[in-house]
Amino acid sequence: MQPGLYHILFISTALFFIGVFGFFTRKNLINMLMSIELILNSVNLNFIAFNKYVWPGKLDGLFFTIFIIAIAAAETAVAIAIIINLYRNTQSIDVESAEDLKY
Amino acid sequence: MNGSTIIFYLLAAFTLAFGMLAVTARQIFRSAIYLLFTLVGIAGIYFWIDYEFIAAVQIVVYVGGIVVLIIFSVFLTHQAGEKLPKQLLSRKIFGALAAFCGFALVLLQVFQHEFAVVGKDVPSPTVKDIGSKMLGTDHGGYALPFEVISMLLLAAMVGCIVIAMRSRPEEKEPANSK
Amino acid sequence: MPNATIIALIPLLPFAGFVLLGLFGRKYLKNYSGLIGTALLLTSAALAFYTAYDYFFVAGKVNGVYQQLNPMKITWLAFSQNLSIDLGLTIDPISVMMLVVVTLVSLMVHIYSLGYMKGEERFPTYYAYLGLFTFSMLGLVLSSNIFQIYIFWELVGVSSFLLIGFYYNKPSAVAASKKAFIVTRFADLGFLIGILILSNQAGTLDFHQMIATLTSPESNAVKNAAASSFLGASALTWGAALVFMGGAGKSAMFPLHIWLPDAMEGPTPVSALIHAATMVVAGVYLVARMFPVFSITVPAVLEIIAWVGAISAIFAAIIAITQTDIKRVLAYSTMSQIGYMMFALGVSGYGGEAGLGYTASMFHLFTHAMFKALLFLGAGAVIHYVHSNDMQDMGGLRKKMPITHITFLFACLAIAGVPPFAGFFSKEEILLAAYHGNTAIYWIALITSGLTAFYMFRLYFSIFWSRPYGSNSHDHSADHHHGEGGFAMMLPLVILAAGAVFSGLIPFGEFVSSDGKPLESHFHLAFSVAPVALGIAGIVLAWVLYKKQNTIPDKLAASFGSLYKSAYNKFYIDEIYLFVTKKVLFNLIGRPAAWFDKNIVDGMVNLTGNTTVFISEKIKKFQSGKVQLYAIAFLAGVIVLAVLFIYVL
Repeated sequence: MQPGLYHILFISTALFFIGVFGFFTRKNLINMLMSIELILNSVNLNFIAFNKYVWPGKLDGLFFTIFIIAIAAAETAVAIAIIINLYRNTQSIDVESAEDLKY
Repeated sequence: MNGSTIIFYLLAAFTLAFGMLAVTARQIFRSAIYLLFTLVGIAGIYFWIDYEFIAAVQIVVYVGGIVVLIIFSVFLTHQAGEKLPKQLLSRKIFGALAAFCGFALVLLQVFQHEFAVVGKDVPSPTVKDIGSKMLGTDHGGYALPFEVISMLLLAAMVGCIVIAMRSRPEEKEPANSK
Repeated sequence: MPNATIIALIPLLPFAGFVLLGLFGRKYLKNYSGLIGTALLLTSAALAFYTAYDYFFVAGKVNGVYQQLNPMKITWLAFSQNLSIDLGLTIDPISVMMLVVVTLVSLMVHIYSLGYMKGEERFPTYYAYLGLFTFSMLGLVLSSNIFQIYIFWELVGVSSFLLIGFYYNKPSAVAASKKAFIVTRFADLGFLIGILILSNQAGTLDFHQMIATLTSPESNAVKNAAASSFLGASALTWGAALVFMGGAGKSAMFPLHIWLPDAMEGPTPVSALIHAATMVVAGVYLVARMFPVFSITVPAVLEIIAWVGAISAIFAAIIAITQTDIKRVLAYSTMSQIGYMMFALGVSGYGGEAGLGYTASMFHLFTHAMFKALLFLGAGAVIHYVHSNDMQDMGGLRKKMPITHITFLFACLAIAGVPPFAGFFSKEEILLAAYHGNTAIYWIALITSGLTAFYMFRLYFSIFWSRPYGSNSHDHSADHHHGEGGFAMMLPLVILAAGAVFSGLIPFGEFVSSDGKPLESHFHLAFSVAPVALGIAGIVLAWVLYKKQNTIPDKLAASFGSLYKSAYNKFYIDEIYLFVTKKVLFNLIGRPAAWFDKNIVDGMVNLTGNTTVFISEKIKKFQSGKVQLYAIAFLAGVIVLAVLFIYVL
């Protein structure tokens, strides 16, 4: 059987939940950021797959992907700036160390 | 089973395997490298479905930009070869359980639904199509989002500088002062 | 009709002084505050005298009867068609007379204080308070309706409170100010209820209309009020009695007098202004203002007023004999004299010859303001010189303080009723009115007038004769003192002395009478013999006992034994009050109420708060600060909701 939409959807779903799992279990903020990148990529894949197989004549899914990539780049840059600032203040980028505001 | 199919399955296995490794590796640098491979795998899938432009963007921005940025920050905040502390087993189990439940639920829904798949004979969009559409101002053109994104990138740039460059040693708190 | 602007300016000028000195006095006007206050009051007094002239000799009289004029009337708070609270000005003989008295005495006190309070840290504040008091008192006398009078009544109470407690770092002054405020406030509660009853029955707050409604026997209001009775007395009787209760509290009538002697903790000029000449006669003024109602509609209350006044007069006179603090002697003498005014009103009838008591009361109010303010200011000068309030520290001051001595002597003669000083004329009229009205009260008044002469001259001889000054170890300040207090302090004494000597010669009945028609005062030589003889006897007795220092007074005191002791202790009235408030009210009502408040009312509130705290203690652990737990919970929630929406609903 020729792989099609459903195969790609499987990959993207799996990738999404791998990312979610990583987000749940990694203590390191950079690792959590990587998990988020995985989730965003699975979404991109989804958009491309639907664009390719359901509305092949259109370009909207593709543009969404491009914009998501741009936003992801901006988000990563800001997130890393925050992480470095946090590291400066607490000498740690453990997510559990940033809990001063609890209760 | 032709060559194209085999390549697809290889790509899929490559992507998922490295994705899995990326979220489980105990050394953060390795984790970053595995992420890089995952992203390359996704770019491969884009190539496989003939979307060369988006694949190129994926490689240039993600592999060439974001992952490099991540590796930089890893070097800034970690000693090389340092192993990450272990996560609680219960957290791992609950996280896996929740993720698996979500995964199962979504797949169930996806495979129950009949998508109106159109034949593959439509040619893939060329870079020319993408470019004229992206800067098109007529109906369906993406000029306005394009401009908005550029503003966003500018704001993010300024924000990064403001956040990261702010260094006030006198206000530095001792670590983890609960 | 007199100019409303001029009349309104009379109270507003002192008020302007209060605002100006109160806001800027301490910072910017420290050195000029006394002069500013005095200048404003001088203007105010000039306007008051002009108004008096205008009213009595030009505008007031129509067909031989003094009219009540309302040059200004503003509807202030209009609640409904029938109920509105107005602000207005009333000009009639008694209010004009009070304008003159208040501005004159206040002006004297302002001038006097320039010398007396010199160097005081809170000098501007003192003048601000004086301005506030003068404003309130003038507003009170000019009020055209009963609610307006109540507002100014309370303002007067507040400024009295502030001035008694002026030396607020002295615990006794603080206690005295609180006592004065609480006692008068308690009486004012009765006043307020009385206002509500009377205005409800009359359907108006305005004095003029209220008097018109309540005094005509055919009006529905009187009939309705007579029908609605409570504890055997009609609503009008209760209302009038409660209004009198307010007046009795302010005027320190027995048994609400206990605040007045303690109020002497304030600066002496303040005692002269508030607790001798003006504020304490507010009760008398109130009764006089509503006199037709008392006299025509509820004569029973007038009877009560007469007896309360008479009892206060003799009661205070007896206590005054035994006191040694000169200001307290004067305070009790004030209470006694106000008792005179009260019972003079009480025995008076309305209109014509029967209204002699009314005229006499107002006359006595006028003359008493002169000589009592003079006595207080003189006492202030003495205290200023000796630095003590106690008679035992004084004596032989006549050479050291000649002006004070002479003026004080005039004032004593005036209060003792020796002709031709002012007190003689007003007291004769009161006694005459009492003789015609109520014989028992006449005898009480006669005895009191003898006692008055005795204790006043006891005071006079103890201060100025008794022994040569400097013969006592207490006279420490004798060396480094020069003069009696300067021009600012002596000028008021001289002016007031002139008033004390000559104000009796004013044909008062011409101007002030119960119905506005001139009242011819007949002078009965035969009638005057008894009181004058008693007065002279009192003076002679005091001369014998106190002219030279000797032991007769102590022996006499010892022979009276328990009577002397109880009079010295003010007949234990304060102790009775303390017993009632502390033991009865506090333990039986206050404590259980406090317990209820603390445990039930607060308990409910605390229960609510504590429950919240308890629950939040339990559930705050959810906010663990662990982001990943939140994320897991979030995903789990999403899954549960998705399952619910897809498969269940």
